[in-house]
Amino acid sequence: MNGTRAVVLGAGIIGAACARELALAGLEVTLLDRGGAGAATTSHGEGNVLVSDKGPGPELRLAQLSRRLWPEVLAAIAERSPAGARCVEAAEWDPKGGIVVATTEAGAHGLAEFAATQRAADVRADTLTTDALRAAEPCITHAHTAAVHYPEDAQVQPAGAAAALLTDALAAGARLRTGEEVLAGVVTRGGRLTGVRTPGGVVEADLFVNAAGPWSGALGARLGAPVAVEPRRGDVLVTTPLPPTVFHKVYDADYVGAVGSSEEELQTSAVVESTRAGSVLIGSSRRRVGFDDLLRPEVLSAVAAKALRLFPSLAGVPVMRAYGGFRPYVPDHLPVVGADPRLAGLWHASGHEGAGIGLSVGTGRLLRDLVLGEPTEIDAHPFRVDRPAVLTPPPESRQQNRKQGRKQNREQRRKLEMEQDQDQDQEGA
Amino acid sequence: MTPRHVGVVGAGPAGLAAAHAALAAGARVTLIDAAEQPGGQYHRMLPEAYAAERPGRLQHGWQEFERRRRQVLTHRRCSWLPETSVWALERHEGNPEPAAPGGPADPTGRPPRVHLLCGGPADGSGRGRRTLDVDALVLATGAHDRVLPFPGWQLPGVFTAGAAQALAKGERVAVGERAVVAGSGPFLLPVAASLLEAGSTVLEVLEANTAGTVARGWGSRPWELAAQLGKTPELADCTAAMARHRVPYRLGCTVVEARGEGRVEEVVTARLRPDWSVVGGSERTVPVDALCISHGFSPQLELPVAAGCALHGDRGRPGLGSGTGTGTGEFVLVDDEQRTSVPGVFAAGEVTGIAGEPAARAEGAVAGWSAAGGDRSARALRVLRRSRDQGRAFARRLARAHPIGAGWPGWLRADTVVCRCEETDFGALCAAFGSEAEASPRVAKLGTRAGLGPCQARICGPTVLELRDRLGARPDAGPIPGRRDGPGGGNRARGEDRAGDGPREQSAEGLPAATPHRRPIAQPLRLGELAASPEPWGTAPSGTAPDATPGTPEIATPDITVPDATTPGTAERTDPTDPSEESTS
Repeated sequence: MNGTRAVVLGAGIIGAACARELALAGLEVTLLDRGGAGAATTSHGEGNVLVSDKGPGPELRLAQLSRRLWPEVLAAIAERSPAGARCVEAAEWDPKGGIVVATTEAGAHGLAEFAATQRAADVRADTLTTDALRAAEPCITHAHTAAVHYPEDAQVQPAGAAAALLTDALAAGARLRTGEEVLAGVVTRGGRLTGVRTPGGVVEADLFVNAAGPWSGALGARLGAPVAVEPRRGDVLVTTPLPPTVFHKVYDADYVGAVGSSEEELQTSAVVESTRAGSVLIGSSRRRVGFDDLLRPEVLSAVAAKALRLFPSLAGVPVMRAYGGFRPYVPDHLPVVGADPRLAGLWHASGHEGAGIGLSVGTGRLLRDLVLGEPTEIDAHPFRVDRPAVLTPPPESRQQNRKQGRKQNREQRRKLEMEQDQDQDQEGA
Repeated sequence: MTPRHVGVVGAGPAGLAAAHAALAAGARVTLIDAAEQPGGQYHRMLPEAYAAERPGRLQHGWQEFERRRRQVLTHRRCSWLPETSVWALERHEGNPEPAAPGGPADPTGRPPRVHLLCGGPADGSGRGRRTLDVDALVLATGAHDRVLPFPGWQLPGVFTAGAAQALAKGERVAVGERAVVAGSGPFLLPVAASLLEAGSTVLEVLEANTAGTVARGWGSRPWELAAQLGKTPELADCTAAMARHRVPYRLGCTVVEARGEGRVEEVVTARLRPDWSVVGGSERTVPVDALCISHGFSPQLELPVAAGCALHGDRGRPGLGSGTGTGTGEFVLVDDEQRTSVPGVFAAGEVTGIAGEPAARAEGAVAGWSAAGGDRSARALRVLRRSRDQGRAFARRLARAHPIGAGWPGWLRADTVVCRCEETDFGALCAAFGSEAEASPRVAKLGTRAGLGPCQARICGPTVLELRDRLGARPDAGPIPGRRDGPGGGNRARGEDRAGDGPREQSAEGLPAATPHRRPIAQPLRLGELAASPEPWGTAPSGTAPDATPGTPEIATPDITVPDATTPGTAERTDPTDPSEESTS
């Protein structure tokens, strides 16, 4: 594949992981991003590397592959360059393990059954006695009914992890171009995609990877190959730094249900964990509201209330920050990784919803093997683009995207007008 | 007819004037402040527990302020909410697009819902969550000290000038026995005077700008100053106090390092060139036990940003009233009637530009009057507008006379702390901003932790943003002196796509642009407070219920004592109003 040119569209963690694998395989790789590298969904999440929230199936296999790769990949990055070593430090890899806690009898029953199916799929899931749970998490509610420990769960600082993958991709020869948006319309030769348009001109390559996260639906549409990836908003609360209080990634058993649901309405479930700096991150919410960034105090309030059900003693802890981001959501909750059957030369690596940080390295490996035509480590067929959930975008979402675009244009125009007025004022002064 | 309900956030000079004018225009007013008493930073008062005989001893314009304070607080249409934080502003879905500046505000537009924490100091417990819906909202949240980093600035004993003055005014506590005051701007003088008053020895006051810069900035077009000469007696008092105590005032000098074991014991001063680069060999060491620093003010923009207000004075393009020469000044964009770009939201005071107390008062009165739907042709309004415009001219002059010189990062060393909360040093920022993979603001923030601590980038945010621009992300922002071979240069050599006037990074739709002012949670609140459901304000009476005093005289016109251009100083010095008198001018 030496000399093959690949352009990865989107420099988030998925794009960085794909670019890294392709560059290490000898391709000439360019990453294009309309914003900054890792600036969007990647740096607006919690940094989950989880197997615990996935039932047996293709996503769990991708998660297990990724979980195996993460330590190897980080070690290789730290080895390759001093900049990489610094980034690996900032990635804060922490195999702290996860604990899922049920607080109702029904929840306890569901959790026990779920854990049993996971064990059959080679996930380590250890049922905790009350004493063991208290020893592991001294501040946990007394009102729990069951708890399962997942030692394979891990956490990273997501922007640092993405920067580590990207730094390694650059060290392997990839190039990064930020602030370049892909415009509508493509260049094709014999039905094959050979170029995308940007304000700076046409960028040519032999293959293109759509790794634009929640924007990959809109990007696919610009390239004439829409995919049904939509934003699903999440909000996270951050407390002031605390003495060690929460030791694992602790979440309530409802979380698995919320991850698997497709509701548009608000869903919340508690996910509580400490960061290296001592702050506690509190999630999570799921809402399908397009790219609506408006603050919703009732959402934050619901997230806080759920967290207090698990950790009542956190009631007096100050929350100093909240942030939200958009997960790339696909109706059947499976990532989209593979070649686009409608447009030769176009590939997709997207649709990881809330699991993209954890699944990134496995996705990069999978995509590389598919591009090179080599055998894949896990079955890639379930992630193929050519499946009903991906190729039939709901019409209202396209409408919404158009509406959003018009609104943005209006805002930009207005801003320009204001600036011009301001300039005139200054001249008059 | 039900009177319009005007919410005023901030009870400093601008907010109090806004409340006063809105009452005069017939509105119902809810006045909110985090402090126990109105006055803001300017009229910081001793707590009532001190039972001071002369609470205004360190104050200027005290009687005027005291009269307005009582008129507002005892008015039957005013609810006063002390010790109340606004932790969020919630925009309504489908709120009409902001009106064009100068155009009519959309009458159907509702201002955002105000989310409050009532009934206790900001760090207290047991506060209640309330929501407040108003017809118009005036944001008068003021400004806080801007302090540039230098080696040792994080040591105990180094104070922001504002903190030192607050201790002197609010608690009559001197920050030290031997103090140096350094930085830039006229605020250095009252700070020095407060320290002298509180019993400190002030060794010297150092203005970083050179005599030439200051003279050129203040000296041209002196007529613009006329109305602001209300300030002069205050400054004259300060200057007299400094002369009495033989405190030297040195121009073109600053503190470039603070040293000490565990706390500041000595400072290194140096002479500066006009761009604030250090004149080699001019360093002197001065033993001190306190250092007070001020490099101007940063507006508190989190609430205007949360409301969606457009800002002006973008980075690299200093706008009206921009407070810095390095282009990091951003302020709320307002029209002639103090309307922001968001329907129903007005802004007044230092959030629209650093122009001092008289201008803040005039802006507040215009904002309050407009927010209340007062008669736009009222004669008093024309006078207020003139006063406000003179204040803005003063702000431009202030910015010209006391810019922040581009050479200040030359004071930094690799181990100089830039973010005090998280102890992020300059070297870590250089490494992040010099790396293509980490240079995006949010990625760098999470990686270096600069701005993630308890102050939420209020102190280091503008500094970090400027360093990012100048360490390579934006070559047009200018290099950092003495770092030509640093990471910035390296970055440009490697990433040639960024050379020249390269494309600016855009924010993806739905994600806000990187700004140091964005804080969706504007003030910390406890998890338990957040989890509780809020009650609408006014439905449940509590200890902070509206202070209804029937029979309070109506306030007839926007009663703002406008500094008279022909007799400078009238407002501040010779206000004949007897504090016991309720009459209005």
